[in-house]
Amino acid sequence: MTYLDHAATTPVLPEVLAAMTEQLGRVGNASSLHASGRAARRTAEQARERLAAALGARPSEVLFTGGGTESDNLAVKGIFWARREADPQRRRIVTSPVEHHAVLDSVEWLAKHDGAEVTWLAVEPSGRVTPGALREALGDGTDVALASVMWANNEIGTVSDLAALAAVAHEAGVPLHTDAVQAVGQVPVDFGASGVDALTMTGHKLGGPMGAGALLLRRDASCMPLLHGGGQERDVRSGTLDVAAIVGLAVAADVAVAGREDRAERLAGLRDRLVAGVVRQVPDVQLNGAPLDDVLAGGPGRLPGNAHLSFPGAEGDALLMLLDAREVECSTGSACSAGVARPSHVLLGVGADADRARSSLRFTLGTTSTDADVDALLDVIAPVVERARRAGMSRS
Amino acid sequence: MRVLAAMSGGVDSAVAAALAVDAGHDVTGVHLALSPDRQTLRSGARGCCSVEDAHDARRVADELGIPFYVWDLAERFTADVVDDFVAEYAAGRTPNPCLRCNEKIKFSAVLDRARALGFDAVVTGHHARLADGVLRRSVDAAKDQSYVLAVLTPEQLAGAVFPLGGMTKERVRAIAAERGFAVATKADSHDICFIPDGDTRGFLTRRLGEQPGPLVDAATGETVGEHSGAYGFTVGQRRGLGVSVGDQRPRYVLGIEPVSRTVTIGTADLAGVSEVRTGAPTWTGAAPRLPLRAQVQLRAHGAPVPCAVDATGDGGLAIALDTEQRGVAPGQSAVLYLPDAERGDRVLGQGPVTR
Repeated sequence: MTYLDHAATTPVLPEVLAAMTEQLGRVGNASSLHASGRAARRTAEQARERLAAALGARPSEVLFTGGGTESDNLAVKGIFWARREADPQRRRIVTSPVEHHAVLDSVEWLAKHDGAEVTWLAVEPSGRVTPGALREALGDGTDVALASVMWANNEIGTVSDLAALAAVAHEAGVPLHTDAVQAVGQVPVDFGASGVDALTMTGHKLGGPMGAGALLLRRDASCMPLLHGGGQERDVRSGTLDVAAIVGLAVAADVAVAGREDRAERLAGLRDRLVAGVVRQVPDVQLNGAPLDDVLAGGPGRLPGNAHLSFPGAEGDALLMLLDAREVECSTGSACSAGVARPSHVLLGVGADADRARSSLRFTLGTTSTDADVDALLDVIAPVVERARRAGMSRS
Repeated sequence: MRVLAAMSGGVDSAVAAALAVDAGHDVTGVHLALSPDRQTLRSGARGCCSVEDAHDARRVADELGIPFYVWDLAERFTADVVDDFVAEYAAGRTPNPCLRCNEKIKFSAVLDRARALGFDAVVTGHHARLADGVLRRSVDAAKDQSYVLAVLTPEQLAGAVFPLGGMTKERVRAIAAERGFAVATKADSHDICFIPDGDTRGFLTRRLGEQPGPLVDAATGETVGEHSGAYGFTVGQRRGLGVSVGDQRPRYVLGIEPVSRTVTIGTADLAGVSEVRTGAPTWTGAAPRLPLRAQVQLRAHGAPVPCAVDATGDGGLAIALDTEQRGVAPGQSAVLYLPDAERGDRVLGQGPVTR
């Protein structure tokens, strides 16, 4: 099996498995006052400190959650509610059309049910949000509850300069949230240095467990809870701490961040070879997102393991099925909660037409990726594309 | 063979896919998303293409260990089946959307795409027998679906596999239960999947608007009532006419004239026909030599009627019925069978009823 879908999820790191297994064998609620509770709390707090250190945050800025979707919902809704309560004229949310659905749908829910107004940021053809676009959208900022811009796009891998965006947001007095689910462990992410007010991260994209994530939230950022109860996590996220998951999350983040530079270089090399190999066999293939060698603020402008390609005249669905039958696993990168592939909102958001959006595939490399994986794809891609083109585009 | 199993989420297509796996085929499951406005669990409605049905189909595919994908054919389905359905009613005819779906979607759009992608055939859970290119009724007369497959050509049938034709629905459910499929006890689907509430007249009213017109009694030529849309009627219909004529005898719809929106009604003695005309026929095999003796079925759940079939001068069929029939509605298919008690009645083909 050739797994080229690390942006969907990643294999659990052996260190993570060991640490979680050890913790799962222990009893103790981190909120209990006795020795078992204290031991659990100590373990959870060590994990909090470890995660904070890996991401340039203070331990008190780490709120453990159930994953990326929850963190995005908590940040968008919680900050919106808190900011509007402090000043009722702050009803506007500024965000981009290429955000993950966890942000987009939260924003649209607030617009539909809770009086929010949305200003959509202009996005460059690469998928990047520029400081200029954010400045223009914010205006004087007095009516803005929050802005949310993803650090790196989950489909096309484009990175934005969050430090520059945070500076613009703060000029207008607006808090900035970022979904950094794909960025952590892939590009340098320093929460404190970036200046962003809230940052979403999750475990299973970097070798950690599913169902474990965090929202990094500055001490001075106010955020209303979604989950009420025992008052854990600064009273912003109640619920018994899942200590084993938290340990796994912290170990994964630590290992991923520590090995980031070497891995990024290796994955970029593999990714470049993958793209060059596909281009050689399918000359009219189109690369979506930023150029492979794009540089932004001294770091990569594109996630090193991301290759997002459109194959004109072939449907992504058909390509995926044919590759799946040849044991090569990738993604069309489009939302399909209903099981029906819709043209990617990200590609449409950066100005691609519906056919280009529907003819795309996302290949994402990770820790376990090897030259053999790239070779496996290159062995089959030409006949697969030819076959899919014969089936054509079902709607055009 | 490499086959594509069309899996609706119902028990029939689940068992058909399972039997295809048992037969040693290389099976890939596909759920066809046909509705452009997919019903979710939250909205509660049930049709053949809700998200819940896709989930049910996926569950079975996962248990069978076969790949499973959803193909979005909503645009094709809307154009070729739903819009056609509305246009046919608007023209005063009574279409069969399941037949149209088999003709245009399952054994056209899907089969063509499957063949292009390297598959040899499409497997469905239809209740009909198909062997050596010969299409026959199911052994389960009550569940037989050969009527809605009669429109298929030899080319299309060559790419079709119907594993369920030789067994009863009861047996299908038993197989599903033995295998632990959650859909074993799932209710049978509605006749018209895109009208999940079953209110065809309401659906047509939303699409076509109110189009009031007269109800005319055939015997007297008098207008005996008003209706809000001729599309709400089918030739042969007795219930729901909303009129009471003096003699109190039951009235039937005899004809629908869409331009003047006139619906003609009459008593039973006027409602019978002894000859049916069709447009150009399609044949499931080589075109038979005419004239011939056969049986004809005039609607999806109608009884077969012995008849003599001959060609008309304009490329259609003239079908002389041995016994008069009521409710011969233009737009339905006249499906011709050669009776065969042993192997199952053989489907020769069909022609669209013109009058």
